[in-house]
Amino acid sequence: MNYETVIGLEVHVELFTKSKVFCGCSTEFGGDPNTHCCPVCLGMPGVLPVTNKKAVEYAIKAGLALNCEIAEYSKFDRKNYFYPDLPKAYQISQYDLPLAKNGYIEIEVGGKTRRIGITRVHLEEDAGKLVHEEGKGYSLVDLNRTGVPLIEIVSEPDMRSPEEAWLYLNKLKSILQYIEVSDCKMEEGSLRCDVNISIRPEGSDAFGTKIEIKNLGSFKAVRRSLEYEEKRQREVLEDGGSLIQETRRWDEARGITVSMRSKEEAHDYRYFPDPDLVPMVLDRDWIEEIKANLPELPDARKERYMREFGLPAYDAGVITSSRALSDFYEECIVHYHDPKTVSNWVMVEMMGLMNEQGLEVEQIRFKPKQLANMLSMIDKGTISGKIAKEVFRDMFETGKDPETIVREKGLVQISDESELEKIAKKVIDENPKSVQDYKNGKEKALGFLVGQMMKETRGKANPQMVNDILKKLLG
Amino acid sequence: MRIAKETVEHVANLARLYLSEEEKAEMTEKLNSILDYMDKLNELDTSDVEPTAHVIPIKNVFREDVVQESLPLEKALENAPDRDGNFFRVPRIIEE
Repeated sequence: MNYETVIGLEVHVELFTKSKVFCGCSTEFGGDPNTHCCPVCLGMPGVLPVTNKKAVEYAIKAGLALNCEIAEYSKFDRKNYFYPDLPKAYQISQYDLPLAKNGYIEIEVGGKTRRIGITRVHLEEDAGKLVHEEGKGYSLVDLNRTGVPLIEIVSEPDMRSPEEAWLYLNKLKSILQYIEVSDCKMEEGSLRCDVNISIRPEGSDAFGTKIEIKNLGSFKAVRRSLEYEEKRQREVLEDGGSLIQETRRWDEARGITVSMRSKEEAHDYRYFPDPDLVPMVLDRDWIEEIKANLPELPDARKERYMREFGLPAYDAGVITSSRALSDFYEECIVHYHDPKTVSNWVMVEMMGLMNEQGLEVEQIRFKPKQLANMLSMIDKGTISGKIAKEVFRDMFETGKDPETIVREKGLVQISDESELEKIAKKVIDENPKSVQDYKNGKEKALGFLVGQMMKETRGKANPQMVNDILKKLLG
Repeated sequence: MRIAKETVEHVANLARLYLSEEEKAEMTEKLNSILDYMDKLNELDTSDVEPTAHVIPIKNVFREDVVQESLPLEKALENAPDRDGNFFRVPRIIEE
């Protein structure tokens, strides 16, 4: 039997407000344990939380960018459970009246646009961090993160493959970075993802048994765990077995999911409205203002790149996938006339070195204008395209101006005709066999001689002139 | 009796309350009488009344996104039953 995979995602994103969502403590990452805490976020009795307006604004901004309806009336609820990272024994969250709902984002799968529904976006507070030391009979608690604003973005079960889930996550991250509400750094925990996956016979409308996967530390882990899980579920069903609804943990090292058999019974959070926090009635003018100030989003920017700069869809998609990369690119083309040349250098040389060294755009040492200047040096014949790659690597490593690198390393292209002729004569004298071959009609021999000249000049000879001069001298 | 003893045990467990057999019986009775009272309230026609989440007519109380000083570490940890350096220390949490 053929099975269809059904995937839904829950993504938690920390908003980068300066202060926490219900108190004035700093949200800064990496402070000494328990130094960003106050009576409110420590859950002391008798305190009163007050909502950070910026956090509400960011959540609305995210809702609008994800094509959601923004609630007229919204409130906070208490989600009750005991866990040491939650000092109040409840999390302030939103239950039945989230700030935003019924949205979607679009992804491109196999050349076609697929729309993935967003069920809801709600605002809540983050919990603290637990540190478990190996072999010790206790756990340690750091409450700095407690109360940092989070939005939870719940998708519809609209994804049909691990690839779609991966594309959805990338698109979501890209949108949230564009609108500047979160840095979405999975390694710092500012973006977290839980997934639900089930399979069903192709053509069936009913959902299969849903499995939740936790402990996903990267988008790659999300994709791999889903690939593993859809295969596992299919095998269980094909062997005549049945699946039970459960939570499984992704084991990155072993590349498998493992059942989490918790003694705790099914979650029963007993949500109720938080009496400490008054409801929000969201002013339509405020919503319109936030909407009007939304920046250009990745899809719109991609289209503009294709239309205005004539970039192929692929280039436009790659470059606009990250706001930082795209801003870098745009700054380059302010100073250089040919957008396609810039996109080639950015996608091949720059992203190649970035991947190799695990760097983000923000960590790049040279300025966009320096890349533009280097490209102009190729146009003017100061350096060859081949030498430019060497210059680029140096610029990437050191951040030095391309002019300085070329001068210091003596990489200026040799375009002096008499000098090139001298070298050409030497090469011809030293390679009589190739010369003979060429004269006998073997075109390939010319390539060898060109190569010898490049070797003599350490790649600095102007390639077009080398060709012309050799042809002239060989008659 | 709409609330059975098992429900009381479940709710008590969620709230980390440890009840004796007598207390369980007492709670079962009390919770049922509360529900009976709810039935009485349900006799009212509330079809034209908006559900009420808050009884005080205040809305939109916000603060600006300004960082304020946190507690000194020693104050933050002062009431901790157990600590380890800068951390609160709790019984080991087993995740699997």
